[in-house]
Amino acid sequence: MDLNLTEEQDMIVGMVRRYVREEILPLEFDLDPDADELAPEDKERLVEITKEMGLYGLGIPPEYGGPEIDLVTQTLISMEISQHRAGLYAPCYGTFGGAGLAQLFEATDEQKERYLFPTLRGEKRGFFGLSEPSGGSDPARAIQTKAVKDGDDWIINGSKLWISGADRADYGLVFARTDADKGRNGVTCFIVDTDNPGFHVRRIVHTLRSANYATELQFEDMRVPSTNILGEVNRGFAIANDRLTRQRIPYAAGCIGVAIKAQEMALEYVPQRETFGAPLSSRQAIQWMLVDNEIDIKQSIWITLDAANKANRGEPFRKEAAMAKLVATEAAGRVVDRSMQMFGGLGVAKDLPFERWYREMRIRRIGEGPNEVQRHVIARELLGASLR
Amino acid sequence: MATRLTKPWRPVDEIEGVLKGHLGVYQLANADDEIVYIGFAGGASLYGLKGEVSERVAELEDATQFRVEITASYMSRWRELMMVHIADTGESPRHNPPVKLGRMSPGHS
Repeated sequence: MDLNLTEEQDMIVGMVRRYVREEILPLEFDLDPDADELAPEDKERLVEITKEMGLYGLGIPPEYGGPEIDLVTQTLISMEISQHRAGLYAPCYGTFGGAGLAQLFEATDEQKERYLFPTLRGEKRGFFGLSEPSGGSDPARAIQTKAVKDGDDWIINGSKLWISGADRADYGLVFARTDADKGRNGVTCFIVDTDNPGFHVRRIVHTLRSANYATELQFEDMRVPSTNILGEVNRGFAIANDRLTRQRIPYAAGCIGVAIKAQEMALEYVPQRETFGAPLSSRQAIQWMLVDNEIDIKQSIWITLDAANKANRGEPFRKEAAMAKLVATEAAGRVVDRSMQMFGGLGVAKDLPFERWYREMRIRRIGEGPNEVQRHVIARELLGASLR
Repeated sequence: MATRLTKPWRPVDEIEGVLKGHLGVYQLANADDEIVYIGFAGGASLYGLKGEVSERVAELEDATQFRVEITASYMSRWRELMMVHIADTGESPRHNPPVKLGRMSPGHS
């Protein structure tokens, strides 16, 4: 594996880094410390810049109008665009666009016309509705939302929890049990319009992160036509699983970006800050924190790029993606914690981004599959059938 | 946690004695208990809820009552209160500028 960036990767990373520092960071001075949105005029202006850079719509396949950028480079970009206060859950405030719900690339032509293309044009938003109050770590067994066939339609009843963006969405992918006896082979994915009379956003779930909140949904006799099934009946879990695996790489990369920024801030601060007549950087306790940060960051980068590289080559990458998610979320948590410690009182104040990163980073060990589940995924890959 | 803010209204002349510099959300009402503004005191607010509520009351002549909820999740809670208000009344409070929000059908809690 070549550990050097190509000339093109180096150029793209440099361009994105300048964009974050020159366009995003100055705007954050005037935003609330927990903000996750820019003023509409600022966002419009910045989207024009990312389009000029040729990087708008990252993650969208080129045949659908996205930039032709490989997964390794996309991962490097993800490590850059999270290097600001809101970067973990609102990287660059969405100014790079996104693929929306990648599962829709496998939709029927009619579904693509109704949902995918308007989403890519920025006219519609979707949400991903998998987790339920009964549990999110083992969705194949925990899904209790039921869909029952009624003529050409399905009637869905149940609830979902921890669903991001559902209150602002036009449609969503809702996973429901269509065969009670078949476990993971009894789940179907439905595309559901949020103006359906049976669709309800019941509440916001308040957590450590104040912005980009999750919601609780309820479905009451929600009638959905069979034409809105994504893929095949009882084959929905494969759709969910594919998404969960793919999402782990950018999820890890976002954490690494924040860790890089935290370490950069610490490295700038400790030579300037004096205690007992000497700069903090002269203290071995501080030096070791910086060293441990550096090691945490480096190992996370290489493990995450290895996963991206495998995915890019079309090889199985479930184990590597789980390792990236596991290592990066835990390492970045340690880096933010140490950096906060080096800044002392300033580190916990809302004047600096550490307190937000600290809160939001804690969620990353649970979101997208808790790290204990990642360990289970890795063990299963190592031990194969003997573990099942 | 209830979605609506249901604490009793207090007259605005109690602001000084009741409020401190906490983070949180607040509602202002007119003499008929009609909510006329929903706001929050965030990390950038000088003097937290005390500062924000005082400042807004000074600007809005019909705001004669207030109530608050102290919370570090001020951003998500503010959006929730706005969405609940729109679900209940069909519109934003009269003094809140237009803002892009989601939709909720919150039930009765």
